[in-house]
Amino acid sequence: MKFLVCISNVPDTTTKITFTPDNKEFNKAGVQFVINPWDEYALTRAIELKEAQGGTVTVLNVGEADTEPNIRKALAIGADDAIRVNAFPKDAFFVAQQIAAIAKEGSYDVILMGKESIDYNGFQVHGMVGELLGIPTVAPAMKLDMSGNTATLEREIEGGKEIVEVNAPFVASCQQPMCEPRIPNMRGIMTARTKPLKVVEPTGEGARTEVASYALPPAKQGVKLIPAENAGELIKLLRNEAKVI
Amino acid sequence: MSVLIVVECDGGEVKKSSLEVASYGSQVAQLLGTTATAVAVGEATEANLAKLGEQGVAKVLYDKEPRLKDFVNGAYTKLIATAAQQEDAKVIVLANSNIGAAVGSRLSVRLQASLATNVVELPKTEGGSFTVKRGAFSGKAFADVKLDGERKIIAVKKNSIEALHEAGKTAEVVSFSAQLTDADFADAPKQVVMQDQAGGILLPEADKVVSGGRGMKGPENWNLIEDLAQALGAATACSKPVSDVDWRPHHEHVGQTGITVSPNLYIACGISGAIQHLAGVNSSKVIVVINKDPEAPFFKAADYGIVGDVFDVLPKLTQAVKELS
Ligand SMILES: Cc1cc2nc3c(=O)[nH]c(=O)nc-3n(C[C@H](O)[C@H](O)[C@H](O)COP(=O)(O)OP(=O)(O)OC[C@H]3O[C@@H](n4cnc5c(N)ncnc54)[C@H](O)[C@@H]3O)c2cc1C
Repeated sequence: MKFLVCISNVPDTTTKITFTPDNKEFNKAGVQFVINPWDEYALTRAIELKEAQGGTVTVLNVGEADTEPNIRKALAIGADDAIRVNAFPKDAFFVAQQIAAIAKEGSYDVILMGKESIDYNGFQVHGMVGELLGIPTVAPAMKLDMSGNTATLEREIEGGKEIVEVNAPFVASCQQPMCEPRIPNMRGIMTARTKPLKVVEPTGEGARTEVASYALPPAKQGVKLIPAENAGELIKLLRNEAKVI
Repeated sequence: MSVLIVVECDGGEVKKSSLEVASYGSQVAQLLGTTATAVAVGEATEANLAKLGEQGVAKVLYDKEPRLKDFVNGAYTKLIATAAQQEDAKVIVLANSNIGAAVGSRLSVRLQASLATNVVELPKTEGGSFTVKRGAFSGKAFADVKLDGERKIIAVKKNSIEALHEAGKTAEVVSFSAQLTDADFADAPKQVVMQDQAGGILLPEADKVVSGGRGMKGPENWNLIEDLAQALGAATACSKPVSDVDWRPHHEHVGQTGITVSPNLYIACGISGAIQHLAGVNSSKVIVVINKDPEAPFFKAADYGIVGDVFDVLPKLTQAVKELS
């Protein structure tokens, strides 16, 4: 089985979000970038399946050179090789085109990614890749088992889950509790340095959407504290003042 | 040219998030000087579909194929694409739900449309282009996104649009067939497992949520959360460590790595308010925090707070809600 795992490079979860003075771009200064947390589920599960049943795991990132430390981290966790499409990820469609082109060229059987990226929160790329390749997408998947060419997945639906069976090739976007994401060990970090990382140029059309500007939500007014003895007062405030009950 | 609205139904009823989507779509239609047509997916009754008139929908297309009861990505995508072509839809509006995201992303490629998800406001229109406001950075920011091209797809975030109610107006329900074949059902689910939801209210759809963290001390105390939730008609949720140790099922876990919710009211009980938890709840309209530690970070994100012991405060709140009605 040839696994292709797509990872994106995102600001660490605890980052305080700020923008450039014109509000057109995220302010990267002093920010630590990590592998998108949802993608770690995809990566770890692909490695587990490879270890159990054989195959290869290729990581793919659409990004500029500054994403390479996190690509190396994915190699250290256990991927075999990596591809970086050398381009700023302009929008979901642009990224999906790159992934679909690589997937097609390399004849990958299973294409995994995280449910969404924690910066853009698009939750779009999986379906676009599936449609571009004309193969099924299962999103968001909480469980993935493979037996030969057939995959059994649990897909989250509002209020429950579905068991879906598809044959490779397919795309799945992953979320917990699929597996326990792994962290690199020393040996992994050492071997990652020598694993192949191929850089290719982007293909396809440009983006279909453009961020005109970013904004922060209005600051909270500050918390209104109600004494514990008088807890019932809160309910009156929620009805009469906040008008939510 | 028209606006096509995708309404998800469950057990014969139109989901609450789809009533919001219908309201959004009919307002977009008004902006564009055209009419709003809906296409129904899931298990619907004609009477309930006709009531979409109250949200400004003129016509509802309904394919009675029984296999559409459960979500099938291939079939839903084809059904909606066929409806979009038949109606010459330039704008398609759907919910930012698991179904909406799965279908919307496929449709955007099939129909060569630009797509925005997680949208929280009506679009600003100028010439042929739309600018929509969407949530970004896990609720820590917003982005104004320009959608180009002839066709646009918008996935509307739950609880961000007020549903319209023009009592008594009805939509015309028109039978429709997308000529679906067995091949379109190739990725049909083998099995659907519905999980027990306290009080029968689905967490992702809920407009009120009562949530418990490690401060609840153990699963045996969850009746305090459930009692308040039941009195309020709220869904229940929990923090990650709570589901990690199996006090509560995983599908109740909210946050960065769990479900994202944006209810009108989120009540956090014995939850510290770690940034990963906030990421899943910080776009709630009103946040109430109950924590015995006045320094708990959650108070910074809260609108109302009680510094106190959950075991003492929760019964009082439940009592006060009961006294309201
Ligand atoms: C990559 C990553 C992803 C994560 N994703 C998530 C996520 O999706 N969701 C999530 O929730 N967390 C997530 N976490 C974990 C998160 O960082 C916190 O550890 C977690 O939210 C803490 O849960 P808690 O507030 O219930 O528990 P604690 O941090 O233990 O806090 C318990 C709180 O209860 C209060 N308390 C105790 N007793 C009482 C009482 N009797 N009355 C009133 N208050 C009381 C305490 O003062 C304290 O503030 C993630 C962490 C990482 C690293």
